[in-house]
Amino acid sequence: MDIEDLPYARFLGLRLDVTEDDHLTVTMPFAEPLIGNPMIPALHGGATAAMLELTAMAQVAHDHPSATLPRPINVTVAYHRPGRARDVLARAQILKTGRRVVYVQAEAWQEKEQLPIATLSAHFLLAE
Amino acid sequence: MSADFIDEILPQLAAASAHTAALGFSYDGAAGDRVRLRVPWRPELVGDPTTGVLAGGLVTTALDHVGGLAVWLKLGQYRTIATLDLRVDYMRASASARELVTEARCYRLTRSVAFVRAWAFESDIDDPIAAAQSVYMLTGRDRS
Repeated sequence: MDIEDLPYARFLGLRLDVTEDDHLTVTMPFAEPLIGNPMIPALHGGATAAMLELTAMAQVAHDHPSATLPRPINVTVAYHRPGRARDVLARAQILKTGRRVVYVQAEAWQEKEQLPIATLSAHFLLAE
Repeated sequence: MSADFIDEILPQLAAASAHTAALGFSYDGAAGDRVRLRVPWRPELVGDPTTGVLAGGLVTTALDHVGGLAVWLKLGQYRTIATLDLRVDYMRASASARELVTEARCYRLTRSVAFVRAWAFESDIDDPIAAAQSVYMLTGRDRS
């Protein structure tokens, strides 16, 4: 199943690209409904977290194709700077693949990949 | 703490932003240091269309947001806050086509940091879908 077809990914407007090195890059194009703080204005941290989680899930599903989606066991998101009113990009990297559990890290950024707005680490349960 | 803050401002903070309004968040009351936020089920919020279960990211967003409400409840006023770190454990899938209820408690507040725990469930907090432990920075000026 393609991540772009998941209802919540569609709600966030996510777009997925596969790079030459078999890594996925996910883009969340800026849209007004992603704003969590209109004063700054800044993206809602939850939107960034959801995007990171879906990026990590997409990378796991890409590397471990299955009829059912990998299920998150837990996720930790650290926020480094506010998400501005512009597009967000994200990539994930699988750090450990076990028999049933995969450990993934993902980063979201705007202007520069070296300046992440948030990073995620998560465990996913592979489909049996 | 002013009654106006809890009765008028806090409910507005539950769904005032474009994102929380788009997700349909609704305030569900405060008691002591605990506050609740509801998310009515909608097909757009589903993570896996084969099961109808809500997206993990939606649950995370609701837990992040209700945690912020708990910080403001503890502060007794609005201040700019920023999530520093959020950890969510997903205990089980949500029941299909059921409303999500979240509850949070700010159990420790220092001058610049707030520590929060939060839960997501359908009707029984002792049978949670997910639990969160999060930390918020108090970035704005103290207005008291």
